[in-house]
Amino acid sequence: MKSMSRTSWITLAGMAALLILPPLFLWSGNEFYLQLATRLVILAIAAVSLNLVLGYGGLVSFGHAAYIGIGAYAVGIPAYHETYGGFDSIASYDGLFHVALAVGISALFALVTGAISLRTKGVYFIMITMAFGQMAYYLFFSINEYGGDDGLVIDVRSEVPGLNLDNPLQLYLLSYVALVAAMLIVRTIINSRFGMVIKGAKGNNDRLVGLGYNTYLYRLAAYVISGAMAGFAGALLGNFTTFISPEMMGWTRSGELMFMVILGGAATTFGPVLGAVIFILLEEILSSYTIFWQLPFGLILIGVVLFARGGLMGFLTTKWRKP
Amino acid sequence: MDYTLLFVQTLNGLQLGLLLFLVASGLTLVFGILNFVNLAHGSIYMIGAFIGASLTLWLGNFLIAVVIALPIIGLVGYAIEKFVARRLYEKDHLDHVLGTFGLILVLDTLAHLIWGPEGISVPLPGWLDGQVELFAGVVVPTYRLLIITAGLSVAGGLVWLVNYTRLGMLIRAGASNRTMVSALGIDIQLLFALVFALGAMLAGLAGMLITPITEASIGMGGQIIITAFVVIIIGGIGSMKGAFIAAILVGMIDTLGRAYLADIFALVMSPSAAETSAPSVSSMLIYILMAAILAVRPQGLFPPKARP
Repeated sequence: MKSMSRTSWITLAGMAALLILPPLFLWSGNEFYLQLATRLVILAIAAVSLNLVLGYGGLVSFGHAAYIGIGAYAVGIPAYHETYGGFDSIASYDGLFHVALAVGISALFALVTGAISLRTKGVYFIMITMAFGQMAYYLFFSINEYGGDDGLVIDVRSEVPGLNLDNPLQLYLLSYVALVAAMLIVRTIINSRFGMVIKGAKGNNDRLVGLGYNTYLYRLAAYVISGAMAGFAGALLGNFTTFISPEMMGWTRSGELMFMVILGGAATTFGPVLGAVIFILLEEILSSYTIFWQLPFGLILIGVVLFARGGLMGFLTTKWRKP
Repeated sequence: MDYTLLFVQTLNGLQLGLLLFLVASGLTLVFGILNFVNLAHGSIYMIGAFIGASLTLWLGNFLIAVVIALPIIGLVGYAIEKFVARRLYEKDHLDHVLGTFGLILVLDTLAHLIWGPEGISVPLPGWLDGQVELFAGVVVPTYRLLIITAGLSVAGGLVWLVNYTRLGMLIRAGASNRTMVSALGIDIQLLFALVFALGAMLAGLAGMLITPITEASIGMGGQIIITAFVVIIIGGIGSMKGAFIAAILVGMIDTLGRAYLADIFALVMSPSAAETSAPSVSSMLIYILMAAILAVRPQGLFPPKARP
């Protein structure tokens, strides 16, 4: 029987810790840490979805925060109309409707912007995805009905059958299950023939085109799936923060998501999750010491880029391996 | 139709376009020659604004402050190249983006440490503070004319520098084949550092020029960098001519869109619908323009010749 690889052990141990520790925080009276873990797990879902295109596909999307924002507004806008009237066709507290809207609009946005962006390559792709993200940012920035740049408070969380999202532990467990599902979806995709094409196109796109694959369509499909999953993460984030603003889809947020993926290890199952954990914890620890925490944080980020390019998963799995 | 207003708005668009060109030209220069994506270019713009503002308040003269601040911001650019950017050239674009993203955090926090969280506003000297009557009934602020003049002069100066000087020749040669240039005995490291410093001076100048209109503030870099990237994407990354044309185009469309879109929409929809939709659409107009251009020409309007 083949023994489990070190990567699998790290993944299982990490996911077990994320399942066990946060409820313990709550029961020991540290609800703050449960909140931190919730934010972390939700952002990890977005990082996992970004990893599908960035890590496996080599498509450097610099606009993924837009999907988080779209997902969050897909919760906030129907809830707003249900509370204050108007726009009856979408006014609702129904969580399933929110999720359908979040995933649907995100997929549509990914389809339209991806169709244009994927015609470009390299640095053009990076910049055009960033610009499309900013487009979504300015759209919500200028809609005064939903608060403009002041943002929108969600008065009532999504109503999900059998769950109460006002209960922090239930919201956490839902996010955790969503994270596991996201990881499994990406893993399944990557191990399928579809995923082989995505990975192959990263290595040598011309060769796959030569083999008769329309890599443009494969990449577009991956981009849409990734956007839809990030949109789902946004719906969770809206329910977690109960406050949404265009700020959550700004380009610096997209940059942070990219950093989570690279920090933990691109093109690995657990890497983006590990990256999100390290990123959020580092941010939390440094900012507790000084308001100028972004200075050391920025230096660490530069250091990671210069000296630690395989990410933490690369470090954990290669440095220890016996020759 | 109010032609005076249209003229003034066109002038505003030109001013915005030229400021964008100052930022975008450095960005496109650095990308064209060093193949380096510099997100922190907006932070250099911000630091230029702060240095210019401090010197103006200290010396009491805006123009002298700008003259002294320019070499300083050039040195800042030189230092950034030497300590961070140089180490990233050999890596891929993703690393450039992430590394300079970290650099933004560092530079913005340094600005916060040095100048504090509040913005700094700068008074204009009296002779620049007034208005000029260009022709009957058309009055424009003197300072806007100065920005337009400065922007056009810098654009002309860049054309001269790149096309008619020895340094420009080396820059063009380095852009198309850097190995060959260094084989010919040119110190390519120094050339790169000079190009980077030049880009920093251009961005810094834009920051100094905008300060009397708005103010020097921490967040100013993050706003302009995205628009500057839109400009160089539309123009074709690495192309100076493309950057100029795209900057004017983006400046005009953004300004005129904000001024007139509601009126244009009112022709085809109800006034209230036009009133509500125009602000959202006008703030997205340059992105829509970019998407439309890239859908037809994925390499921008003036793609530079292929690099080896």
